[in-house]
Amino acid sequence: MRAERDVGAPAIAPVEAAKLDARDTRGDRLAAGRVALGAVVVLYLAVVLLGPMGALVAEVSRIGIGEVLSAVLAPPALEALGMSIALVAISVVVNAFVGTIGAIALVRHRFVGRGLLGALADLPLAVSPVMIGLAFLLLVGREGVLAPVLEALDWKIVYAFPGLVIGTLFVTLPYTMRELAYVLEEIGTSEEEAAATLGASAWQTFWHVTFPNVRVALGYGLLMTAARALGEFGAVLVLGGSISGQTQTATTFIHDAVEERALAGGYGMALVLGAISVVLLALLEHLKHRRARALGRTK
Amino acid sequence: MSIRVEHLKKRFGDFSTGSAGSAADFVAVDDVSFEVESGSLVALLGPSGSGKSTILRILAGLEAPDEGRVLFDGVDATHVHARARAIGFVFQHYALFRHLTVEENVAFGLDVRNVPKATSRRRANELLDLVGLGGLGGRYPSQLSGGQRQRVALARALAPEPKLLLLDEPFGAVDAKVREELREWLRRLHDEVGVTSIFVTHDQDEAFSVSDRVLVIHRGRLEQLGTPSEILDEPRTEFVAGFVGEVNVFPAEVANGEARVGALHAKVGAPDGHARLVVRSYDVKLWREDAGIATVERVVTLGDRVRVHALVDGAGSLVAQFPRRSSLLKNVEPGCRVQVEVTSARAYPRA
Repeated sequence: MRAERDVGAPAIAPVEAAKLDARDTRGDRLAAGRVALGAVVVLYLAVVLLGPMGALVAEVSRIGIGEVLSAVLAPPALEALGMSIALVAISVVVNAFVGTIGAIALVRHRFVGRGLLGALADLPLAVSPVMIGLAFLLLVGREGVLAPVLEALDWKIVYAFPGLVIGTLFVTLPYTMRELAYVLEEIGTSEEEAAATLGASAWQTFWHVTFPNVRVALGYGLLMTAARALGEFGAVLVLGGSISGQTQTATTFIHDAVEERALAGGYGMALVLGAISVVLLALLEHLKHRRARALGRTK
Repeated sequence: MSIRVEHLKKRFGDFSTGSAGSAADFVAVDDVSFEVESGSLVALLGPSGSGKSTILRILAGLEAPDEGRVLFDGVDATHVHARARAIGFVFQHYALFRHLTVEENVAFGLDVRNVPKATSRRRANELLDLVGLGGLGGRYPSQLSGGQRQRVALARALAPEPKLLLLDEPFGAVDAKVREELREWLRRLHDEVGVTSIFVTHDQDEAFSVSDRVLVIHRGRLEQLGTPSEILDEPRTEFVAGFVGEVNVFPAEVANGEARVGALHAKVGAPDGHARLVVRSYDVKLWREDAGIATVERVVTLGDRVRVHALVDGAGSLVAQFPRRSSLLKNVEPGCRVQVEVTSARAYPRA
């Protein structure tokens, strides 16, 4: 196609009008290409994202809103949802601190093993949560290496709340830290150095210079953390065991409900998680714009 | 504040691999010692990568030397934290706090010392007036031009009344015209405020037009420290001679105080033997003479100066500079033969 245009162009060059026409057709072709590309993306998103959501809504309305609502408002469902929200809250708070400290250590400090630590922080992104759950089971499970210690201390981790917390914290570790590390790298050290030469202490520098510059990124990272914690399934299933009223989370509740053909509860809970995700997504989108603006503010 | 630097050394290695002493190591500052009098304005001049910025950052406490000492008013400050050094630092790319207004930026150094807000704001606005930015205190750095940002950075550095002002390529990031203005203005400001100031530059015009004294740095070493005229007139090393101004360098033979290369000769104060002869373009006289020793290649007019490129028999090309109206230039044109006289030159022995 390119060859055809390259050969054709000189031939029509002397005629102004023809040249304009040629430019127009090229513009049209580009526009058509853009439309086609857009269509492919929309179609893909529709099939992968909106399709299932639509099917879910359709299924819920087929079963009946009333029945679904009563299943979702029943104690086991509420307890499972509460458990998930508790895990979200814990992982957001812990990651706010660990992510910030970890990112500053990774980007601003030089120490032996820094590269290894950076790679380890990304590990949860690369490995399956189920595998991680099993690995923890080998460590702190009933037959695990640390079992005698835990027994002596009378600590119960597996099939208990601490197990859920460990699993969730592990899978959510990278999000805040990576986001902050990226932004810290991007803004560089000169503002922090300027603060130091102006007499600011390390804490004043962090609080008045570094933190305002990474605030939006922190919010962004924590939202991703929350979304990830809410949706985690494998690690909490393996480490928690999905015991109703004890270690059952919203996701394992859905799994169990579908297994037991209690479809109203399963679909209802899925819809609730979907609705929360939409809210988180909207907030992410909002922060994404603010982040772009914050990074672009000075150069 | 007077400054004394003793045997400063700084090596940069590749920390991530943990291989100290490997080939990746790079000596940025190599045994540098000098003194700066209180109240003076000093330039650290050198090509990029010469280590001049590293020296400045060591003075600021932003970098720790591997060896050597830094003394402020005779007191060892080598291990004093940047925040406790009572310095002001102006960064090459301003490093203004992007989320703070201009006024808040300037007041920052006072605010972190818990100066009452009313006082710090008043002082900030005084300084903004001083740097000619009165009334812009409410803006954000992103709403200012490069030259304005640089002046905010200077006002911010001056606000806590530092005893030493350090400027890293202060005018490197603004365009030529603004740079000229800022230079003049820095000189006047320095005379007004009187704070000891050291600035880094790779621009010799900047160094010579603004400062009282110039330190020429090359490959981490101090080549020469002197007043601008000392450095121009008595370059102590071949590097300084070659770096400052436009020069011609020839491999020459020195005998009895005279350096010879081809048909060219010049009086020099160097020992007999192989040497590099350094001749400034404005230390050459040439005039039309058919029995001369060189052939003119090009004549280029540059504003009020004329530059003549000639090929000297047995020595190679030579550049000479004249005022535009010089009578010597009469009938000098490409292709003609000229006589050449070196009025002043220096020779540096070579192995």
